[in-house]
Amino acid sequence: MAMNSSGRPTTPGTATTGTAATFTGNRALDHEEALIFESGALSKTGVDLPEPKQHKSRLGGLERSGDIGLPGLTEPETLRHYVRLSRKNYAIDSGLYPLGSCTMKHNARLNEKMARLPGFGDIHPLQPQSTVQGALQLMEILAGYLLELTGMHSIAMSPKAGAHGELCGMLAIKAAHEAKGAQRSVVLVPESAHGTNPATAAFMGYTVKTIPARDDGTVSVDAVKSALGPDVAAIMLTNPNTCGLFEPEVVAIAAAVHAAGAYFYCDGANFNAIVGKVRPGDLGIDAMHINLHKTFSTPHGGGGPGSGPVVLSKALSPFAPLPYVVKDKAAYRLIETATAATGTHPFGRLTAFHGQMGMYVRALTYMLSHGSDGMRQASEDAVLNANYIRVGLRDIFSQPFGDQACMHEVLFDDAWLKDTGVTTLDFAKAMIDEGYHPMTMYFPLVVHGAMLIEPTESESKQSLDLFIATLRTLAMAAKDGDVERFKQAPQFAPRRRLDETKAAREPRLTWKASTEHKEAAE
Amino acid sequence: MAIKFTRDHEWVSVDGDIATVGITSHAQSALGDVVFVEVPEIGRMLKQKDAAAVVESVKAASEVYAPISGEVVAANADLAGTPALVNEDAEGKAWFFKLKIANKAQLDGLMDKAAYDAFVKESA
Amino acid sequence: MRYLPLQADDRRAMLAKVGVTSVDELFAAVPKAKLLRALPNLPKAKGELEVERELGRLAARNTPAASVPFFVGAGAYCHHVPASVDHLIQRSEFLTSYTPYQPEITQGTLQYLFEFQTQVARLTAMDVANASMYDGSTGAAEAVLMAHRITRRKKAVISGGLHPQYADVIATLSKYSGAAVHALAPDPQARETIATTIDAETSCVVVQYPDVFGNIRDLRPIADAAHAKGALLVVVVTEIVALGALRAPGDMGADIVVAEGQSIGNGLTFGGPYVGLFATREKYVRQMPGRLCGETVDAEGRRGFVLTLSTREQHIRREKATSNICTNSGLCALAFTIHMTLLGETGLKRLAAINHANACDLADRLAGVKGVSVLNDTFFNEFTLRVPGDAAAVIEQLAAKGIMGGVPVSRLLPGDKAVADLILVAATEINTDDDRAAYAAALKEVL
Repeated sequence: MAMNSSGRPTTPGTATTGTAATFTGNRALDHEEALIFESGALSKTGVDLPEPKQHKSRLGGLERSGDIGLPGLTEPETLRHYVRLSRKNYAIDSGLYPLGSCTMKHNARLNEKMARLPGFGDIHPLQPQSTVQGALQLMEILAGYLLELTGMHSIAMSPKAGAHGELCGMLAIKAAHEAKGAQRSVVLVPESAHGTNPATAAFMGYTVKTIPARDDGTVSVDAVKSALGPDVAAIMLTNPNTCGLFEPEVVAIAAAVHAAGAYFYCDGANFNAIVGKVRPGDLGIDAMHINLHKTFSTPHGGGGPGSGPVVLSKALSPFAPLPYVVKDKAAYRLIETATAATGTHPFGRLTAFHGQMGMYVRALTYMLSHGSDGMRQASEDAVLNANYIRVGLRDIFSQPFGDQACMHEVLFDDAWLKDTGVTTLDFAKAMIDEGYHPMTMYFPLVVHGAMLIEPTESESKQSLDLFIATLRTLAMAAKDGDVERFKQAPQFAPRRRLDETKAAREPRLTWKASTEHKEAAE
Repeated sequence: MAIKFTRDHEWVSVDGDIATVGITSHAQSALGDVVFVEVPEIGRMLKQKDAAAVVESVKAASEVYAPISGEVVAANADLAGTPALVNEDAEGKAWFFKLKIANKAQLDGLMDKAAYDAFVKESA
Repeated sequence: MRYLPLQADDRRAMLAKVGVTSVDELFAAVPKAKLLRALPNLPKAKGELEVERELGRLAARNTPAASVPFFVGAGAYCHHVPASVDHLIQRSEFLTSYTPYQPEITQGTLQYLFEFQTQVARLTAMDVANASMYDGSTGAAEAVLMAHRITRRKKAVISGGLHPQYADVIATLSKYSGAAVHALAPDPQARETIATTIDAETSCVVVQYPDVFGNIRDLRPIADAAHAKGALLVVVVTEIVALGALRAPGDMGADIVVAEGQSIGNGLTFGGPYVGLFATREKYVRQMPGRLCGETVDAEGRRGFVLTLSTREQHIRREKATSNICTNSGLCALAFTIHMTLLGETGLKRLAAINHANACDLADRLAGVKGVSVLNDTFFNEFTLRVPGDAAAVIEQLAAKGIMGGVPVSRLLPGDKAVADLILVAATEINTDDDRAAYAAALKEVL
């Protein structure tokens, strides 16, 4: 068998330090909260709707009969339920959120306010285009800004998130090869890549060929050259890479890839390090997605929605998907179908409608607020903050590729924890007790016990100083053999460690009354 | 007959022309808590090194390869309901599938217990 | 710069600590010639007031749905969203949290996802649902891929009643992943016979319910025909409110149900972000794309929730993943769940009844206009209108009179003469008697 990922402990162990019981199970501000299926009732509602007019049903005899099983709550109960739930969450607004590769930066509320203007939030994707000229213009302005920042030729706006953008870029590459009549079946992916890269390539029927990293964590042009051949369609490279390093040979890699007749896909997840500093178009990249929810601060919202526009080189531009906006004379117009596309060869359509308008408004608000000067400053601050953490921890923590300047995130491994009995996971859970969200752990996979820290530009020096002091204190505790503190962590969170093994062995994915569970077991 | 081992951490025990296949005790401990196992359908023809089964822990999914070629004649139905069996008795009750051996010579290319133990030690 | 906490003296002190004299030394790995000297050619930073003015000007060039009699649907619907929904989803702890990878400090997100999954499963009458997809259309494409994995076949039969843009998304992904699509011709009156198109190569049949033209049909015979050939039935719902009135797809033999959930909790927002609902049978759960939240216990034995069965996903299985999806529509799923909780069974059924009644009233009024006919025998809150002449021109003329009359089918299927005189017309709870009367009157005038 092949073990393609290192395992980490997934059962919680036993908690020895129990907390004093309360009658309710609540712990002051931390309330135990029942599920709506336990607290609600089918007869209850939090909306007052008028009696419908009587009409002969035209549902074709397919009327629903019986209960659906959707309990309701009145408005005050609903507010209390979801407010209580919200308080069980960590968030950027409540603390440093150093998740590497995720760019958890401040989400300005002006962005939210603008997205809710009725002229953006309350327009339909298929209402007459003459009535949405401002929306189409906004898409054009945002597209222009993204092209200026990336130095690329054109842009596909519609992808719904980063992985969707990757698919978009790779489909454009596949279409470009097909237009040339080329049969190429291999995609090169460095071993440090984000999991979406090989998943995308494999979905499209490509064979994934892995490129090893050098000892310094970067990809060498020689390794790429030796993997290139007439069957290689593209390379998918993240730059800055997932180890937090700018690929120093990226220009030579691009040249080698192009010389072999292949295209260069860049995963733009880490664009926040280089906005206003380097333009991907100047490096020879053919396609790159931009996570608006990372670099341009549209909120992550507990896992989405995102938005992943893809910038394209001149060679790939003709193959950009539908829809796209054109301007003729005084009016903006959407090209929505292949019939309407003139002079281009769209590879198809990735989603209904025109993409994530709500995210476009937020991203443009961010860009207008920051301006060219503020965006560059943000990248510089993000990089400075990450290096400040690196320097603050480097004498205790170990770096897999030696001590070198990083981009906007700094990578440590777990070599320094060897023989302490404390794992990366334990260390992360102890950070929770100190009031921090842990860093990205066990990614990239090429580094043992990886800890990837991305502070973003949104942290003050005081915030970083306290963070560094906290991590140093925890590190000393680990080295001093205070293992229990780590094994028991977190002790002060709404929940102790959760039993992921049980969740996977006996999947309970929907709520059932406890009697139903019993029956299912029998 | 003695048990043979592969570099991919499968074991094979041979009885006549039937080979029983599972994953090694070392493999299960590296995986951690096993939460799901998918075994091959009976009747499937496997070539040596074909992906034959899947074993999953919470955070890792792995293919189990056919150590030798043959036709699947039995699969361990207990594993679907009780994947924990793999952690409890990897080289016994938690066998994955049985093959009707197509080519006995392929067994000669596999390791014996001592060689496998040395291999595991070396790769640690 | 109001968003950047570091001040000049902080930066100086930090650079000194890092041991460099300028921040550009930290960019030493960037080839010198590629490091930008000048600022990007974009405007400089602006204060809130200036930004509001600039975006306000753009917003003012659009006509919001609430400002006119509004009857546009075709996959996105204008419904009233209670004020508390938008308030709650803007709570910092929901808005600015990430994917719940650390369950101890994200039980809020995990519990609402569990509630969301349960609501979706019950609404569709399926066993399990995931924690959301990007939207209905991408969910539909993922459902087809999932059917291919389950059946180990590679051909999908697409009903002529499926939203054309959904069909395009399926066709695009199929084309580049080496799968076949058998798309039936546009079918405004639900006359196609799907059963005869299913063969031993077919992995699934994709039908929309109600279909894009508004027709409602019993799915059971299609399910039976598909199952008889070893194929699956994928049911697509673009107006989820319909399931408050209609029999659920899961009760008619559906194997996978995907839906656009925008109608509940989420505004129109020019097409996105929306939220894809994805539900299936228990036996297929390991072939399902996207994230799943599951119930478990913590080290003290208290109930808690975690992301589970993640070995299906890209970050573990990489090139063997069921899908490359990573980010989904968490916050839109939250809006859906809160709105659904406010509605409850009682409210949802009432809402659906009002939608249907308003649509019936509108259909009667419009059918009364000379030369106009309603094509549908059955519909929920949307139907197809046949007008004399070019439907697109009629819609433009109505817009000029301040009525958003619907979607000309030619916008979705340009060049198809057979549908050039058809309009998709939707009515929801937002339309008043006056709105509907105004539509009928305006239609009479423009014809």
